[in-house]
Amino acid sequence: MVQRISREEVAHVARLAQLALSEDELDAFTSQLAAVLDHAADLEALNVDDVEPSTHPFPLKNVLRVDEPGEDFNIDEVFEVAPKVEESQFRVPRILGES
Amino acid sequence: MEATEIAKKVLSGEMSARSVIEQHIEIINKIEPDVNAFNLVTAEQALIDADEIDSKIASGETLGPLAGVPISVKDNLCTRGIETTCSSKILEGWKPPYDATVIEKLREAGAIIMGKTNLDEFAMGSSTENSAFGPTRNPHNLERVPGGSSGGSAAAVAAGFSPLALGSDTGGSIRQPAALCGVVGVKPTYGRVSRYGLVAFASSLDQIGPFANTVSDAALTLEVISGHDPRDSTSIPEKPLDISGVLNQGIEGMRIGVIEELSGKGLGGISKDVISRVEEAIKVFSNAGADVESASVPASIYGLSAYYVIAPAEASSNLSRYDGIRFGPRTEAATTAETMTATRTKGFGDEVKRRIMLGTYALSAGYYDAYYGKSQRVRTLIMNDFAKAYEKFDILISPTSPTTAFPLGDKTEDPMQMYLQDVCTIPSNLTGHPAMSVPFGSGEDGMPVGIQILAPAMAEREMFQAAKILESESGKDIE
Repeated sequence: MVQRISREEVAHVARLAQLALSEDELDAFTSQLAAVLDHAADLEALNVDDVEPSTHPFPLKNVLRVDEPGEDFNIDEVFEVAPKVEESQFRVPRILGES
Repeated sequence: MEATEIAKKVLSGEMSARSVIEQHIEIINKIEPDVNAFNLVTAEQALIDADEIDSKIASGETLGPLAGVPISVKDNLCTRGIETTCSSKILEGWKPPYDATVIEKLREAGAIIMGKTNLDEFAMGSSTENSAFGPTRNPHNLERVPGGSSGGSAAAVAAGFSPLALGSDTGGSIRQPAALCGVVGVKPTYGRVSRYGLVAFASSLDQIGPFANTVSDAALTLEVISGHDPRDSTSIPEKPLDISGVLNQGIEGMRIGVIEELSGKGLGGISKDVISRVEEAIKVFSNAGADVESASVPASIYGLSAYYVIAPAEASSNLSRYDGIRFGPRTEAATTAETMTATRTKGFGDEVKRRIMLGTYALSAGYYDAYYGKSQRVRTLIMNDFAKAYEKFDILISPTSPTTAFPLGDKTEDPMQMYLQDVCTIPSNLTGHPAMSVPFGSGEDGMPVGIQILAPAMAEREMFQAAKILESESGKDIE
């Protein structure tokens, strides 16, 4: 039987999700994800073409608030838990020149 | 001791908050090494908080309804300056710069936080075995799981570490562990409780709710944490709930439907002893004057499939923020992109990676319509079928979990078997409706069984009235 998701597709989504997988992990995840997608196949038999999709349990509308200055996070507390900080900014490795 | 009783005694001066906290710390010290319900016990701070409550009482200040009551909170609720890990290495050591709204509300009510409870990493799981810091064990039998993902909170209440706990429920993560640990667990209507400061898993499904040993304690806790919050735009613009005032009104004439698709007839895998408890619950409700009939919610059986597309899809987006740049530990590499990949690869456990990849796949070009689009339409179908059922019934019932607590390691190798644990609880998250689990007898193995009570949106009061009736007959011979 052809699996619902191929090893190559799993490798592709792992790249999109910024996860590095070993060869063994690729094998294991491929069969596990295929099993979940197999279960979801019971939806295929349903005809829902006339049914509107729901993104949410209840109708949502924009919620606006008065534009007043309020209290925000304490900046020292924010930087205290940051991995690397320099001159009140988050420090990261090289970005330019990346492929 | 019940939370309501503790608060009464503390407020009247019969007991000091300090003595309450000391007693609970003693129980934690004795049993916690076996159970592992907590990622962090905040005993020192709890004693400081208790002294503050006691001095307020001495000076005649007015205190809230949970004065001096110990509560444990799931470790995906942000606590300012106190480590909040989601049981993930990717947040190890992270101390939030703010409190979740529910934490603020608990403190205002006088509750005292005992610690942060263990969970399946980022609330993804049904056994609390997916924690980066080791599994929690069921206090009724240490070889069994407590359920999940809020397994630490359920176990903390069952073990007597605190009479109350908070959890979060995205597909059953409060109700299923409540059932497996023999305590009361409530998922309120979506939007009833502010999600501000709850680390997001699947934003259209997540809801915070209470655990307690009794229905009235759960009601009181929900009253305290409910109500509109401008910091959560999905929060319902309503006043906090009042349940306690109507809790004992009975269920005379209430129309109760037993969901046949989730109670063993339509669905395999529900064990016989669980079905027997449901049948006894039906008798209890009938004896109390309710009109109980079989109810059909045909699309409910598709909930599991739709959920395991929708929840991972939302999670894959929500969890993209964990990249080691602004907060949490970082695994440094040569470039920023490589740093992000290294941090995520090292920081996330297998189940989280599975769901991120599943969600990314379901949202990717070429598969979006077949998986995510289809599941969203099925979600509507489920909502429509429940709306139809509620034309005939005030509340619905089903088992909470298909089985009693299973042995540790039983389902860890087969994710799909683990997911089947949520089959009865998932529909209420997709519809946004309230639902709760009430302990009701035990299975053949002596482990607790939970009955699930489901209600339409905003009908928490009717749900609790039925729960109260069930609680009063639990463990008795049902005729």
